Amino acid sequence: MHMGADITKIDHNDGICARYLPNRISMTNDVSALHLVLSGDAALFAIVRLSLYVSLSAVVLAALIGIPLGAWIALTRFPGRQGVIVLLNALMGLPPVVVGLAVYLALSRSGPLGAFGLLFTPSAMIVAQTVLVMPIIAALTRQTIEDLWLEYRDELTAMNLGPLGRVAALIWDARFSLVTALLAGFGRAAAEVGAIMIVGGNIEGFTRTMTTAIALETSKGDLPLAVGLGLVLIVIVIAVNALAWSVRRAGERLAG
Amino acid sequence: MNMLTRRLLIAVTASFAFGGHAPAQDKSIVVASTTSTQDSGLFGHILPMFKAKTGIDVKVVAQGTGQALDTARRGDADVVFVHARPAEEKLVAEGFGVKRYPVMYNDFILVGPKADPAGIKGAKDIVAALRAVKTKGADFISRSDKSGTHQAELNLWKVAGIDIGKDKGPWYKEIGQGMGAALNTASASNAYVLADRGTWLSFKNRGELVISVEGDKRLFNQYGVMLVNPEKHPSVKKDLGQQFIDWLVSAEGQKAIAGYKINGEQLFYPNAGDSGA
Repeated sequence: MHMGADITKIDHNDGICARYLPNRISMTNDVSALHLVLSGDAALFAIVRLSLYVSLSAVVLAALIGIPLGAWIALTRFPGRQGVIVLLNALMGLPPVVVGLAVYLALSRSGPLGAFGLLFTPSAMIVAQTVLVMPIIAALTRQTIEDLWLEYRDELTAMNLGPLGRVAALIWDARFSLVTALLAGFGRAAAEVGAIMIVGGNIEGFTRTMTTAIALETSKGDLPLAVGLGLVLIVIVIAVNALAWSVRRAGERLAG
Repeated sequence: MNMLTRRLLIAVTASFAFGGHAPAQDKSIVVASTTSTQDSGLFGHILPMFKAKTGIDVKVVAQGTGQALDTARRGDADVVFVHARPAEEKLVAEGFGVKRYPVMYNDFILVGPKADPAGIKGAKDIVAALRAVKTKGADFISRSDKSGTHQAELNLWKVAGIDIGKDKGPWYKEIGQGMGAALNTASASNAYVLADRGTWLSFKNRGELVISVEGDKRLFNQYGVMLVNPEKHPSVKKDLGQQFIDWLVSAEGQKAIAGYKINGEQLFYPNAGDSGA
């Protein structure tokens, strides 16, 4: 069989980029991802929605654990605290593929949490990303709260709040700065592919996200579509950041 | 935190935890399969037909054959659909697979640069071609990921009388990745690589790569399907899984497989009737 330029060209027009998305769209140029966006492709939007659902859920869960934990470490003195801070900072660099593997082994039917049947579901992806994001939010919260504490220690001591009251007061005081910690966590989650690929399985229409779709298209050799999806992802991340920034600005104005 | 903020936070959290996604569909199975069946587009072609007939959603996790078999062993899939017969028979012998059914075959091809540094283009003898690659020290990309294609490659070196573990040189690059990544690497470095025809036909980043060797019967690539044993893993959906297997080997499923073409070229040849396959 001869693989001439003709066949390659036909192949491109009738390729997987159209096939992996249920509704077939003819691709006439290399900005095929742009086509998908402009034509309101349902499968692409489902992928975008799942990406946001997984990453934002992970950030919310990680914040619920990480912010109180970070604040508590900032305000409490206990033996080995320096070590805990170093560890927490180091965990910001957890390799996603290692977290993915650990969560995979835990959630596998043969693992300790296998009975829940969570492997290869969006929930498994949320668990893995929560593990990745939590140390980032906790470590950044710790630093922010500790700095505030050093600044307002006298006032807070004079107000005679209990330890819990102090934690709550400082978190409330730092709420606008903590948005940055949440965004750092979101950035990590949205950019990550190693963990969700392993625990989600990249199942079409079920656990396929922007990043795993990009990895898949790259492996199929459809680099233009992969780059196009990458640009869409970057635009989404910028949009989320812009939204968070506006909310923060509006909040600051309201708070005076 | 005031009451309103608190309520808002609870509402947002709840909507993330419970909203957005309906509870898992009642009729679905997980199939651990290979990158070649998914990347070639075969599943995209046949699964909608199966779903239309039975209402069963098939969730495909595409892995290398080695990893897919491990996923089955751990009980994380209901059905496993791969291409490495000895490893499949081992799975059944260990009791993790119920019964192996032959489904279809296609073939491997040796892909290489147009410039053909090993001088093998158009050869019909894969074994002689591999010997030439080694003698000339032409760059060769090995999947090295325990996939079906990797196991086929290792077997071909063995048939060629080359102990690749010992005889490999800097020309032999073990990348430990999937078929697409191996083709991308070969395309970028003008190297030879063993590929399955399905992935090659749908691969778009060919660069200078062309088919160097094809048509040797030792390049035959048989696919088999197995239900994961519910006695080992009670979570296996045995009825739905068996329904999928029965459909694949039925006249209807076999016709669906034969009907999948890229540019008029058939990618997989059904042979469920061949009990020796």
